[in-house]
Amino acid sequence: MIEVKNIKKSFDGVEILKGISTTFEKGKTSLVIGQSGSGKTVFLKSLLGLFTPEEGSIFFDGKEYEKLSTAEKRHLRTEMGMVFQGSALFDSMTVSENVMFPLRMFTNQSVSEMQDRVDFVLKRVNLVDAHHKFPAETSGGMQKRVAIARAIVMNPKYLFCDEPNSGLDPKTAIVIDNLIQEITDEYNITTVINTHDMNSVMEIGEKIVFLKDGYKAWEGTNKEIFKTNNESVSDFVYSSDLFKKVRQVYLRELEG
Amino acid sequence: MIYLENIGRYFLMLKSVFSKMTKWSMLRNLIFKEIDDLIVGSMGIVCFISFFVGGVVAIQTALNISNPLIPKYLVGFATRQSVILEFAPTFISIIMAGKVGSFITSSIGTMRVTEQIDALEVMGVNSLNYLVFPKIVALSLYPFVITIAMFLGIIGGWLASIYGGFSTSADFVQGLQIDFIPFHVTYAFVKTFVFSFILATIPSFYGYYMKGGALEVGKASTTSFVWTSVVIILINYIITQLLLT
Ligand SMILES: Nc1ncnc2c1ncn2[C@@H]1O[C@H](COP(=O)(O)OP(=O)(O)OP(=O)(O)O)[C@@H](O)[C@H]1O
Ligand SMILES: [Mg+2]
Repeated sequence: MIEVKNIKKSFDGVEILKGISTTFEKGKTSLVIGQSGSGKTVFLKSLLGLFTPEEGSIFFDGKEYEKLSTAEKRHLRTEMGMVFQGSALFDSMTVSENVMFPLRMFTNQSVSEMQDRVDFVLKRVNLVDAHHKFPAETSGGMQKRVAIARAIVMNPKYLFCDEPNSGLDPKTAIVIDNLIQEITDEYNITTVINTHDMNSVMEIGEKIVFLKDGYKAWEGTNKEIFKTNNESVSDFVYSSDLFKKVRQVYLRELEG
Repeated sequence: MIYLENIGRYFLMLKSVFSKMTKWSMLRNLIFKEIDDLIVGSMGIVCFISFFVGGVVAIQTALNISNPLIPKYLVGFATRQSVILEFAPTFISIIMAGKVGSFITSSIGTMRVTEQIDALEVMGVNSLNYLVFPKIVALSLYPFVITIAMFLGIIGGWLASIYGGFSTSADFVQGLQIDFIPFHVTYAFVKTFVFSFILATIPSFYGYYMKGGALEVGKASTTSFVWTSVVIILINYIITQLLLT
């Protein structure tokens, strides 16, 4: 479980996060949504400790991050997996070397054990014939999946994904969403996903946090988001006519 | 002010580079890779430049001796002195600041802008140690490069003198041997060793702390070249003052 208490973060005097508090539970996929530029990435990076918030605190299963020693922070980080918005694969390494990297760095497994694990996670993300390619030789969607494989290879306790399915076709996007939800459930991971994909919101939003102008404007589940009267959320989520109709149909079904 | 701040950050960076070592089995591979990229990869250009500049030094010296009272062996003597004292250690280091330095800055800078460094940090890797330490170790072999540069520079001078008809082989070799002070070689290698550390760390600093995108990577490489050269020239002055006077 991750508890966030009133975190604030600014860049060059401009406040991007203006005091955000929420909790992300174990075994659930929590989504952070909001317009482009609303601070989702900054929020996620603050959770990871890549940005240090000026105020507020973050608790990982009860341990306050800022109070940990450097060594403890490093250890905590080995329990985290992160999928960056731009994948952030090591471009001097092949796909399988990328995925193997955390294992080589932090475990004492034999090469064949590591190879088995790599094969397993790559299969898990539906990548079977790209092992020896370099990131530059793969498509954006493949890179995303390699990034996910690398993030889960160590069986993390906390998984963070920054727009894991942006730039993917709808089918692959759903595969990725389901995959993340399955892993979260299977290994009881605390998962936080940034997204502006409404499909993900409907499908896997076990908890949704809506950011607007640096504040948390709404939070709830994907069931509740249909019923909410909060205008800024419905403006954002149901901005397209299609989703407006979907909402009406859904609400009618609920009544009937 | 910004200069002072950068100097402070540079030393803080060095502190992190030497703390929390990366696993040795990983580090070893990285070191071999850096030796290949930084040392072996620079051999060609260093050999080429040394040989021809050594030749030019000999020709220039010969052409500037018009007084018949000046002994012929001076060509060999001057070539040896300039190659060992300045040309190989300092001049080649400036070239390396361009070649190796901009390579280091742009490769680390690219990792910064594509969030690969963040990815390392998130995994719990000490990214400074992982990225910079192997470069420092690899470049500690740099004095060997300079030994070869000295050798080829002198060979270049020797061949240019003979084939250009500026001096006989015997005169040249006599010049090479005359008034030889072994401490000059020590001085040259002390310099080289210090330069190798600068060549590894200053370009890393500019790559690691850069902000922005691809355009800024290019700018960081240029800035890194300028400052690496400036520091090499300044340190050269200080070491010369300390050791030779
Ligand atoms: N390192 C930084 N330095 C200065 N400003 C930053 C930095 N990172 C982000 N910002 C600013 O913070 C704001 C929020 O950016 P952020 O990347 O978090 O948006 P986002 O919600 O992730 O958007 P998107 O959906 O497009 O990814 C932006 O105005 C951005 O300019
Ligand atoms: Mg973002």
